[in-house]
Amino acid sequence: MTPLPDGLILVAKRECPTCALVEPLLAELAGGQPLTVYAQDDPGYGNGMAKVIDDRSLEHSYRLNIEVVPTLIRVEGGHEVERTYGWHRDDWRRISGHAGLGAQLPPLRPGCGSRTLDPGIAEQLAIRYGDVRFASRAIALGDAEDAIEACYERGWTDGLPVVPPTRERVLRMLQGSTRRPDEVIGMAPPDLAPCTVEKVAINAVMAGCKPEYMPLVLAAVEAALVDEFGMHGVLCTTMFAGPVVIINGPAAKAVGMNSGVNALGQGNRANATIGRALQLVIRNVGGGRPGEVDRATLGNPGKYSFCFAEAEDSAWEPLSVERGFARSASTVTLFAGEGVQGIVDQKSRTPESLAKSFALCLRAVDHPKLAMAGDALLVVSPEHSRVFIEAGWSKARLRDELTALLTFPADDMLAGAGGIAEGLPAALAGKAVPKFRPGGLLLVRAGGGAGLFSAVIAGWAASGPTGSTPVTREIAT
Amino acid sequence: MTQQTILLDPTAERAPSARPRLARPATLDGLTVGLLDISKARGNVFLDRVDERLAALGIAVKRYRKPTFTRVAPTALKQQIAGECQVVVEGLAD
Repeated sequence: MTPLPDGLILVAKRECPTCALVEPLLAELAGGQPLTVYAQDDPGYGNGMAKVIDDRSLEHSYRLNIEVVPTLIRVEGGHEVERTYGWHRDDWRRISGHAGLGAQLPPLRPGCGSRTLDPGIAEQLAIRYGDVRFASRAIALGDAEDAIEACYERGWTDGLPVVPPTRERVLRMLQGSTRRPDEVIGMAPPDLAPCTVEKVAINAVMAGCKPEYMPLVLAAVEAALVDEFGMHGVLCTTMFAGPVVIINGPAAKAVGMNSGVNALGQGNRANATIGRALQLVIRNVGGGRPGEVDRATLGNPGKYSFCFAEAEDSAWEPLSVERGFARSASTVTLFAGEGVQGIVDQKSRTPESLAKSFALCLRAVDHPKLAMAGDALLVVSPEHSRVFIEAGWSKARLRDELTALLTFPADDMLAGAGGIAEGLPAALAGKAVPKFRPGGLLLVRAGGGAGLFSAVIAGWAASGPTGSTPVTREIAT
Repeated sequence: MTQQTILLDPTAERAPSARPRLARPATLDGLTVGLLDISKARGNVFLDRVDERLAALGIAVKRYRKPTFTRVAPTALKQQIAGECQVVVEGLAD
């Protein structure tokens, strides 16, 4: 870019009525001091009355930081002295030094937005002309190469198509967070590779996230990289588990997450892509791929993406509050979970009856004859939660009742008992055993308003300190 | 002319961005070698000789033929070769 030309600079576009209004003034403006006109859309602007530079590439407009057209700038000694935008007769007269300029025009007309600020343009210009630098390797595709197929070829996808991570998309994604792109948020397993905000943004683009999801994605990745969550083990286990992401607080509503009808299913962009972004980070940054370090015997479809929001209710403490955060806080909780097992109970109208139903179904986690192996996430639907809430049962009360109902004599569950070789070790004979370890039963309210159904999401059979412990992180901006 | 597409690498960049060729097998023992005739003149002469040499070494060989050298192989043929062989040899010119 050459230095600023001395004299007057006018930036305009033909389609702006105010630019058209001032067009006849160009001859007068060009008399006296030099005038340089940058035309954003039509190099014929000015009808030959002044030196017009074709700025359809918007390079000059970008470098001049133009937000509104027309913008009139006075330059002396290569430096900008003053600028005005829109048509303000007094300002234009002062800046141009033409005392009688535009006498026939109205005193004031607002301008129009600069083309540099058109949707999608700003990022292109920042990459082309600005000082945007990415730490990640740039991969140039062949002219005839299909970008989505190129992502498959390079092994970057989970089997579904990804959004190709162009620089413009990654820049927009990074703008969804205030965190620096080079900040390392943790070491991604299994390779224990440094995971930067930029790498998360690239994978969030591929997952289909909007930039506004970035704080949620970052919190989810951060939670996955905390040692207690044991992401390496969750990934490499032959068992079913994958990270289940539960969002609490105002952030869920702000990005339009689904906590209602089909909350655990398909159809909501935020639910679908936030969970997917986390899995793509593990795959691409961590190097965790099925058949390599991911040794799951069967896996589960939630390993594409498993993310939903709690349907918070004033009468029941949200999961985030139970886990020590303020109700006003937005959080991500990660749970190493398997698939969804439905609980159908359309007849219980008392909390006692429904709690017994829940307990019976929860007993099947891992195996009815196993205990204190996998945690469980119980997702209580609104119609079921109403049974408890109307009877005055808090979430904590329900958990306590379930804990009591889920304490069993070990004798019935010992290996070999009931003619089934699987079971608890003989050393537990004569004792009472709780189904879940302390803190191993999580309760969340979610789902549509119709349906006396709830769901058990069984945890990894290596739940707890030896394997995976649920982790909650506050969502920052 | 469209602008070249540039993507940012989503990985930890531990592998070169130019993907290496598949590693060549150290030995052909126990492998099945496919000989693909692309229907170019005298390619069969070359492949017949390769076939003789491999057979003399006791290596399993399967023969395939593309309908014409001017087009890529039909999908069904590619799938058949991929399912039946670990190594493929083709003669590219006459």
